[in-house]
Amino acid sequence: MKYAYYPGCSLDATGIEYDIANKLVARTLGIELVEIPDWNCCGATSAHTTNHLLALALPARNLAIAEAHGFEQVAVPCAACFARCKKTAAAVQASPDLQVQISEVIGMTYAAKSEILSYLDVIGKKTGLDHIKKHVVQPLTGLKIAAYYGCLLVRPVDITQSDDPENPMVMDRLLQVIGAEPIAWDYKTECCGASQVVPVPQLGKKLIHDILKNAASYGADAIATACPLCMLNLDMRQKQINAMFGTQFHIPVFHFTELMALSFGYSAQDFGLAKHFESAESLLERMIGGKGA
Amino acid sequence: MRRIGVFICHCGSNIAATVDCAKVAEAARGFPGVVYSADYKYMCSEPGQEFIKAAIAQEDLNAIVVASCTPRMHELTFRKTLANGGLNPYLFEMANLREQCSWVHTDKEKATVKAIDLVKMAAAKANKNEELTSSTMPVHKKALVIGAGIAGMQAALDIADAGHQVVLVEREPTIGGKMPMLDKTFPTMDCSACISTPKMVEVAQHPNIELLAYAEVTEVKGFIGSFTVQIRQKAKYVDHDKCTGCGLCETKCPSKVPNEYDLGLGQRACIYKPFAQAVPNKPVIDPLHCRKLVDNKCGLCAKVCPTGAVNYQDAERLFTDTFGAIVMATGYDLYPWEEIYGEYGYGRFPDVITGLQFERMVNASGPTGGKLKRPSDGQEPKSVVFIKCVGSREPAKAKGYCSRACCMYTAKHAHQVLDKIPDAAVYVFYMDVRAAGKAYDEFYEATLKDGAVYLRGRVSKIYQEGSKLIVKGEDSLLGRPVQVTADLVVLATAMIPSQGSRELAQTVGFLPDLDGWYQEAHPKLRPVETPTAGVFLAGACQGPKDIPDTVAQAGAAAAKVCGLLSKSQLETNPMTARSNPAICSGCGLCVAVCPYKAIQLISLADRDRYGKRINRTVADVNHGLCQGCGACTVTCRSGAIDLQGFKNNQILEEVDALWR
Amino acid sequence: MALMTEANWEPKVLAFCCNWCSYSGADLVGLNRMKYPENVRIVRVPCSARVNPQFIIRAFQRGADGVLVAGCHPGDCHYSTGNYYTRRRFLVMKRLLEFIGIESQRFQARWISGAEAVKFRDTVTKLCEDIKALGPQRKLRDQK
Repeated sequence: MKYAYYPGCSLDATGIEYDIANKLVARTLGIELVEIPDWNCCGATSAHTTNHLLALALPARNLAIAEAHGFEQVAVPCAACFARCKKTAAAVQASPDLQVQISEVIGMTYAAKSEILSYLDVIGKKTGLDHIKKHVVQPLTGLKIAAYYGCLLVRPVDITQSDDPENPMVMDRLLQVIGAEPIAWDYKTECCGASQVVPVPQLGKKLIHDILKNAASYGADAIATACPLCMLNLDMRQKQINAMFGTQFHIPVFHFTELMALSFGYSAQDFGLAKHFESAESLLERMIGGKGA
Repeated sequence: MRRIGVFICHCGSNIAATVDCAKVAEAARGFPGVVYSADYKYMCSEPGQEFIKAAIAQEDLNAIVVASCTPRMHELTFRKTLANGGLNPYLFEMANLREQCSWVHTDKEKATVKAIDLVKMAAAKANKNEELTSSTMPVHKKALVIGAGIAGMQAALDIADAGHQVVLVEREPTIGGKMPMLDKTFPTMDCSACISTPKMVEVAQHPNIELLAYAEVTEVKGFIGSFTVQIRQKAKYVDHDKCTGCGLCETKCPSKVPNEYDLGLGQRACIYKPFAQAVPNKPVIDPLHCRKLVDNKCGLCAKVCPTGAVNYQDAERLFTDTFGAIVMATGYDLYPWEEIYGEYGYGRFPDVITGLQFERMVNASGPTGGKLKRPSDGQEPKSVVFIKCVGSREPAKAKGYCSRACCMYTAKHAHQVLDKIPDAAVYVFYMDVRAAGKAYDEFYEATLKDGAVYLRGRVSKIYQEGSKLIVKGEDSLLGRPVQVTADLVVLATAMIPSQGSRELAQTVGFLPDLDGWYQEAHPKLRPVETPTAGVFLAGACQGPKDIPDTVAQAGAAAAKVCGLLSKSQLETNPMTARSNPAICSGCGLCVAVCPYKAIQLISLADRDRYGKRINRTVADVNHGLCQGCGACTVTCRSGAIDLQGFKNNQILEEVDALWR
Repeated sequence: MALMTEANWEPKVLAFCCNWCSYSGADLVGLNRMKYPENVRIVRVPCSARVNPQFIIRAFQRGADGVLVAGCHPGDCHYSTGNYYTRRRFLVMKRLLEFIGIESQRFQARWISGAEAVKFRDTVTKLCEDIKALGPQRKLRDQK
C-alpha cells in the first residue's frame, strides 16, 4: 500500500520519535509512506480561531499537493492535523463555492477526492490485523496498557468516522494483536487539555491528572497514544502533575507505533525511546527482558 | 344533462386571504354544466349548508361542487347536505382549495388561477358523476382487543359493560401489562398494583370477556363489521382446566432464570407465573429453559403436580373468530439504551439502571422487597443520580419525541428515594421539566422541597471509580461542568412502540408513523381511530402516554366500538368496482390482482351471434368484499370493469378539463 | 383560457395522489403551512394502482408538462398490495415514455406517506424546478 504521508510540525520536533516509529512500522508491514513535498503547517488550533478561510486553506494546500501527485490516500499521524485535514475535506465536499474559493487562495485545484486517514486507522483498519500478527516476534505479553485516543481522533464522529466516539476500539485491537493487554477504562476519549495547559494550567493539568488517575486505577502499566500533543501532555507533565496534586505517577507513555516497533523486534535505540520523560526502562526490563532497552 | 351548482368557501380568511373567491365563483359560471355559482364565508356551517339546500331547490340543481377544504375533512358533511336537499349524495364533488391551494401558496394571483383550475376539474368530474346507492352488511357484535395492559383491560371492560362480547388477547402469560410492575403512581402516590390488579380480576371474571393470555393475533382478513381473525394460542404445557394454581411446581423447579417481570433483578423458575397476582393465576412452562423440554431431563414439575396438569406434549393451537371491531392496545417498550449510550457505559455498570428497574426495586412485592439496593453489592445508595431524556428528545442519536411520562415518574422516584433514605442526596439531570397535568406541577414542586437537586443539563459520561459511579455533566444554568459521585444512576429511558407492533399493524392492515407509533386517523378530531375503518387505538401504542391519559383514551376507543357494535347493519361503500358482463372477455386478469379476493369468474348463460345457447365466463365483483381500490380496472383490456365514483371517464374528464 | 405565450409560460404538472397516503401527505403540507410552486394540480384517486397508464398519456396529450404518480410506501398500501402493481406498471411506463422521447424528469412515481409532508413538498418543488428547466412539453401535445 502507498500513502501520501503528512507528518506535520510536531513530528519534526517534539514528536520526532513518533515519526521514526511510524516509519519503522511501515517498513516492516510493507507500507510505502511518501512525504508530501513542500508541506506546510496545518494551522492547528491557532488558525481556525483567527481566520476560517485560512484554517481551511492551509490543510487544503497540503492535500492538493498530494492529489496533484496522484495519491488517493493521505496518512496523517498527528490527531490535530488529522482533524484539520478531515474538516477541510468535508467542508470542500459540501460546498462547490468554497472549493472554488479555496482553490483560488492556494493557487491550485483541490478536489477533495483523496481519502484522509489517521495513521492509527491506516495501521488498525486498512492493514489487516492478521498481516500485522505475522510480524510480531516479541509479543508484549502481560503489558497492561490503556489505549488513549483523546478528542480529535474521534470527534465529531461524522467528520472523523471513528468506529465508536464513546468507546473506540481500533487501537485496543491493535495492541491486542501485538500481545499486550488493553484495559477497559473510562478516559479513552477525554481531552488531555491540549495547548490549554500553557495558558490555563489549573484547568489543563486537572484534565491530565484525571486521565492518569483513571488509567492508574485500572492498573495500567503504560498508556498508548496516537497524538504527539497528547503524548507530550501525558508524558512530560507527569512531574508537574505530581507536584501540583501530590501524586506519585510514573506511568510510561508510548506512541502506539513505538510499541508495535518493539513487538516487531526493533530495539529502543532504533527509535527515540530515550526522548521520553517517564522512563520505560524497568517496564521493558520486566516485559521483554531488557531486549528493548 | 347535469345542472351543476358551484359553491366557493372562504373558510373565514383561510382561503379568502390567498384566493379571490368571488373571481373563482365567477369563472365557474363558464364551465360546462354549471348553472349556478356563489361564494360564502363558511360553507360547512349550518347556514352554509342551508344555503346549498336552498340553491338546490331554487335553481333545480342536480350536481354540486363545493370548493373548500380537503375532502378528507368535509366530504361526508356535504354528502349529507345533498341527501337532506333531496339529491343522491354521490352527485357531489369537492375541490380542495385550502390544504392544497391557499395554505401552500402565497401569490394571490397565481393561487386564484390554480383555484379556478381545481374547481374546473371538480365540475368536470361532477358532470360525469352518477347516482350511487349503498347496500348493507351485517355487523358481528363482538370486539377484539389486542393487548391487555391497562389500556386493553379498560377498553375491554368498557365494551363488555355495555353488553357486547369481547375477546381480549395478550401475548404474555399474564394480563396487566406494565402498570402492576410499578410501585406507586404519580401524583397521588396510590399503589399501582392495588388499583390495577383488581381490574385484572374483573377482566377475568367478566361474563362478556373471553380472555386469551399467552396468545397472539396471526392473521386478519375482512373489514369493518366483519374481521376474520386467526389467533395463535401458545403452548402453555400446563392444562389450566386441571391446574389449581397452587404453585407447588414453581417451588420445586430446579432451574432458575432471570425474571423478565423484574427486568432481570430477580429470578424465576422455568415453570412460572410472572408475579404473584398474575391473571390467569396459573403457570406456564418456559420452553427455552425448561430442562425437560430442552433436553428431556428433570420432569419434576409433572411429578409434584397434585392434579396432573403438567403436559409436556402441549402444542400451540390456531383458531379463528369473527369480530365487528378491533382495538389495538399494544403499549410500549423502553429504548434499549445499552446499544447506543457508550457514554453511560453500554450497560457495563450494574448500578446504572432504568426507571422501570427502579420501580421493581422500590416495589414492596419486587425482588428486593421494596428496599433500595445497589445491584452490584446490595448496599443502600446514599447518592442517587437521575438522568432524564435518555433516548427521548435526542434526534441525533435516538428519538426526537418527548416520552411524556418521565418528568413525572422521575420526580416521583426522587421523592421515593428521599422518603426511604432521608440522608440520601438526589440529583436530577434534566433538559426541561414538563409537568403539564392535573396536580403534576405541584408534585414536582413538592419534590424540590423534599430536597432533590435539579441540574439543568446533559450528562456526558458515567464511569466507575472504585465502587462509586462518577457522573460528569453540565449545569447549563451556571454554565459550568459538574461532577457528581453516585451510588446509583437511574435512566429515564425513552418509550418506544412495543416489540412486534409494526408487524402487527401490517397484519391488521394499517400504518404506523415514522417512529413506529400507531397513526391516528386525524390528530385532533379522530384520535382513537385508525385510517382503517373498524380498527381503534387505546393507550401508548398511539404515542407515549401516562396512565390517566391511557385510561381516558381506552374509554374513548371503547365508546367508538360500542357505537359501531350498537348497529346491526352497516352501509357499504357504493364506490366499488363493477364489471360489465356484456363486454367482459373472462380473461381473469382482474381476479389475480384483487387483494380482497372480491372478484370471481362465473359462468353466464348467453347466446352467440347465431342465437345458439352458450355459457360465457365473466368476472363478477362481490360488493361486500370489494374495498374500491381500483387495481382491477387498470388490468382490464376490454374496459369492462370500472370503479364507481372513480370511473375511467370521470378521471379522464378531470384531466381533459384542465386544458380545456 | 388562452394558451400561455412562451414568455409567461408556467408549467402545469398533474399529480395523481392516492387518497390514503400521498393525498393526505399533500394535505399535511397545507396543515403545516409549507409552500410549494403553484404549478401542481392534484387528482385524487383511491389508490395509486387505480392510475391507468392511459391517464398519463392523456395528460401529456392535452399538454401536461409533467406528471407525478404518488402512492403509499411499498408494504404500506392501504389496500395491501396496490402500490406493488403501480411500481411494476410505471417502471415499464417510464421506459416507454423515455423511449418515445419524453425526458425522464417529466414522469415520476414516488412513495409519499401521509406523514411525509416534507417529502411531498420537496418532491413537487424539485419536479417543478426540473420541468421549468426543461421547458414546455411538446412531444405528445396535440396542440403544438
